[in-house]
Amino acid sequence: MPIEILMPALSPTMEEGTLSKWLKNEGDKVTSGDVIAEIETDKATMEVEAVDEGVIGKILIPAGTEAVKVNTAIAVLLQDGETQADMAAPKPAEAQSTSGETAAPKVEEAEKPTSGATAPAQPRAVEVAPDPDIPEGTEMVPTTVREALRDAMAEEMRASDDVFVMGEEVAEYQGAYKITQGLLQEFGARRVVDTPITEHGFAGIGVGAAMAGLRPIVEFMTFNFAMQAIDQIINSAAKTLYMSGGQMGAPIVFRGPSGAAARVGAQHSQCFAAWYSNIPGLKVVMPYTAADAKGLLRAAIRDPNPVIFLENEILYGQTFDVPKIDDFVLPIGKARIHRQGKDATIVSFGIGMTYAVKAADELAGLGIDVEIIDLRTIRPMDLPTVIESVKKTGRLVTVEEGYPQSSVGTEIATRVMQQAFDYLDAPIMTIAGKDVPMPYAANLEKLALPNVGEVVEAVKAVCYK
Amino acid sequence: MAPRPNAPVSNRKTSGKAVKNFNGETFVEFDRDTELKAYREMLLIRRFEEKAGQLYGMGFIGGFCHLYIGQEAVVVGMQMALKEGDQVITGYRDHGHMLACGMSARGVMAELTGRRGGLSKGKGGSMHMFSKEKHFYGGHGIVGAQVSLGTGLAFANRYRGNDNVSLAYFGDGAANQGQVYESFNMAALWKLPVIYIIENNRYAMGTSVARASAQADFSQRGASIGIPGFQVDGMDVRAVKAAGDEAVEYARSGKGPIILEMQTYRYRGHSMSDPAKYRSKDEVQKMRSDHDPIEQVRARLLEKSWASEDELKAIDKDVRDIVADSADFAQNDPEPDASELYTDILL
Repeated sequence: MPIEILMPALSPTMEEGTLSKWLKNEGDKVTSGDVIAEIETDKATMEVEAVDEGVIGKILIPAGTEAVKVNTAIAVLLQDGETQADMAAPKPAEAQSTSGETAAPKVEEAEKPTSGATAPAQPRAVEVAPDPDIPEGTEMVPTTVREALRDAMAEEMRASDDVFVMGEEVAEYQGAYKITQGLLQEFGARRVVDTPITEHGFAGIGVGAAMAGLRPIVEFMTFNFAMQAIDQIINSAAKTLYMSGGQMGAPIVFRGPSGAAARVGAQHSQCFAAWYSNIPGLKVVMPYTAADAKGLLRAAIRDPNPVIFLENEILYGQTFDVPKIDDFVLPIGKARIHRQGKDATIVSFGIGMTYAVKAADELAGLGIDVEIIDLRTIRPMDLPTVIESVKKTGRLVTVEEGYPQSSVGTEIATRVMQQAFDYLDAPIMTIAGKDVPMPYAANLEKLALPNVGEVVEAVKAVCYK
Repeated sequence: MAPRPNAPVSNRKTSGKAVKNFNGETFVEFDRDTELKAYREMLLIRRFEEKAGQLYGMGFIGGFCHLYIGQEAVVVGMQMALKEGDQVITGYRDHGHMLACGMSARGVMAELTGRRGGLSKGKGGSMHMFSKEKHFYGGHGIVGAQVSLGTGLAFANRYRGNDNVSLAYFGDGAANQGQVYESFNMAALWKLPVIYIIENNRYAMGTSVARASAQADFSQRGASIGIPGFQVDGMDVRAVKAAGDEAVEYARSGKGPIILEMQTYRYRGHSMSDPAKYRSKDEVQKMRSDHDPIEQVRARLLEKSWASEDELKAIDKDVRDIVADSADFAQNDPEPDASELYTDILL
C-alpha cells in the first residue's frame, strides 16, 4: 500500500512551514534515515528523513511552497512491487493522519476539553490517626531533643538493617551537633557513614540507595548546606514516584538543623520549612518537643516517602518529658494541641513554639486564654485541627522564625480565610522573622528574629484589646 | 610524556579495524548468534527512534524528544555484559537504554505519546521512565543527576553485600557537572561497584567537546582520584561488549569504579527542534557511511555468510512490525484518566 509522507512539525508549536528543497526526485529509491527534503520555519531549517523504505512515487508539494500545513501529505512512497497505478487511493502513513489538517488530530481531540476544562478536585487528605494513647502510669523520662533524635535513629536501625545514616562527621566525630553520638560504636562504619563535604553528591547517592530500596537517613550538618543538594531532593527524591507512575520512589529522610542558631550570620541562619513545604512529593516535619522529635523521626524513617526533617540547633539541648514506651511512633501530618484555650489560637512549629508558649503565659496574666497548636508537620498540613480551633476562638496568629513572604503563616492564613472565613472575628496576624538576611551583630540579630512581645501584641490586636 | 599514574593499561582509540581490549589483546569476535542478536537489538532502537521522530513530526509526541540514533552499539554492547540484577540509569536520551533493558516498545512509545499504557502511565514522558522489574532506574532530565543516583545504586549493592553492579550512563556534557566528581570521589573512596559510561557523542546540545571540555579525554576524568578509564570505539558493538565485560568484571570483583568513554555519535540533532547547524553535513555523512554501528554488523553477517539478505530482511520486517505495533498502540491508547492527576504523589 503506498505511504503518504507528511509535512512534519519541528516542535509542538509549529503549525506550518516552507518546503524549501527536495533532495530526492520521483522514482528515487529511499531507505530509512535518508534525507529526502528540507523544510524551513521562522526558527530553523530541518531535514526530513525517510522513515519507511520504498520509491518516491510522486511529489505532491513542489519545492519552494510556503505555508505548508503540518501533516499535509507532501509525497507518496511506493513500497515493494507497487507502481504509480497503486497511488489512486494512497493510505496515509498513519491511520489518523489526514492531509490538510493541522497537527495531531488525536491530540487536538484530547485537548478539546481545555475550553472549559477543570482539574478534578483534589482528593481529600487521608485521615491521619491521632497520637497513640499514653497508658496511665507510663514513666516519663526527661530527655533532650538531641538524645531523642539519637534514640529514634538507634531504635529504627536496630529494627531494620536497611536503615543507615550518612553525612558529614556523623560517625567518628559523633556528629557536628552530637546527634549521632554513639551510633558508630553500636552499628559500625557500614551503617554510619562519614561522607566528604559534598552535599550534592551524597544526597544523590542517598536517593539512589533509596530508589534501590534502602532506607537512608541523610544528615545535613545544617539545611543551609542542603541548598547544594536541593536538586536531588526535589527533582530526584520528590518527583520520582510520580514520574514513574508509582513504580519507584525514594524512602529517605533528610534531616538536620534549619533556621537561625546564634550569631552565625546570614548564610547559616535560615529556616527552610516554607521552601520544602512548596513541593508535592515531600513530607516536611519540624518538631518542637523531644517526644515529638523522637516519635516523628521514627515515623519519618518508616515512611515510604521522602521526608524533610527540620530540627533546630537551639532546641537540641532543651529537655522535655518523653514517654517510656517501646514502640513510640507519632503520626506525620497531625498537629498537636499544645495548650487548650478559648480566646485566640496561635499556630506555630519548631522553635517558633518557644515564642508562642511564653506569649501565652504572659497573655494569661492579661486575662486572654490562648490555645496553642503545634503544627509539627508542615506538609501535609493538618488544617482541620487549625480550623476546629479557629471555630472556637475566632482569632488566629501564626508564629515562625522564617522569612515573612510566602511563609508557612501566610499559607495557613490563606487557607483559613478560604475555608473558615465566617468564623473569623479579626484578620489573621502572621508573625515571622524580618524580611532581611540574618545580621551578625547581637542587637541586629535580635531585631531580625520574632520576639515574645510581638506575639503578645498580635494576639491582643486580634482580640481587640 | 611520562606515564600518568592510573592511566589505562592501553588506550583504545577509534582506529577502525584492530580493536583491542584493555591489555592490548585483540578481542574475541562475536559468534553468529551474538552478531544476530546485536543486529536485531540495534535495529529495534534505530527503527523505534525513527518512528518516534515521525510521530513527533505528526504532533503525537510533545515536549522534548531526544533520539538515540547512531549510538545504538553503546547500550546494546554494554547490556550484553550484564547479569540479572545489575542496574542501569541514564539521562534524558534514554529510549535506547530502555529497549535494550527489555522494556516493552509499546510501553515506551505510549509514554512518549502520553497515554495510560505508557511505562509511567503517561505521567513521565520521554525523559522519565523506570522499571523495577528490568532494573532500569530512569530516565533523568537533570544533566548529571543520574551519576550520583547511579553511584547510590552501587552503594546499595555494596551495602547489601550482593555482587551486582550499576551502570551510570552520561554524556560528554554531563561529564563537566560538579556532582559527577563528588560521586567519583565517593565511589573510589568506598570502592563502589559502578561503571561510569560516558557516551561521548561529541556535542553537548550544540556545544562541541572542544568548546566545553579542557580535558577532552573523558576516560581520564577520574585519573586524579585513581579511577581507571578507557576509551572505546562506541560505534563497534564488539568493542563495547569487550570493554563492558572487563569493566563489569573489574567492578564486580570489588575493585571499585571504572570509567568507559564510549566514542560515539548522534546522527540527529540534540532534540527534535535542533537543526544541528554546529556541525557539517559531511561530518554526519561520514559517520553514517563509514562507522554506522548497524551497517558494520550487517556487513559482517553477509560477508561471513552468517545470514542471507532474505534472513536479514526477515529480521527487518520483524522489527518493523514491533515498532509499527508500538506506534499503533501509542496513538490509540487513551490518555490517562483525569483522576490520575492526584495519584502517585505520596505512598
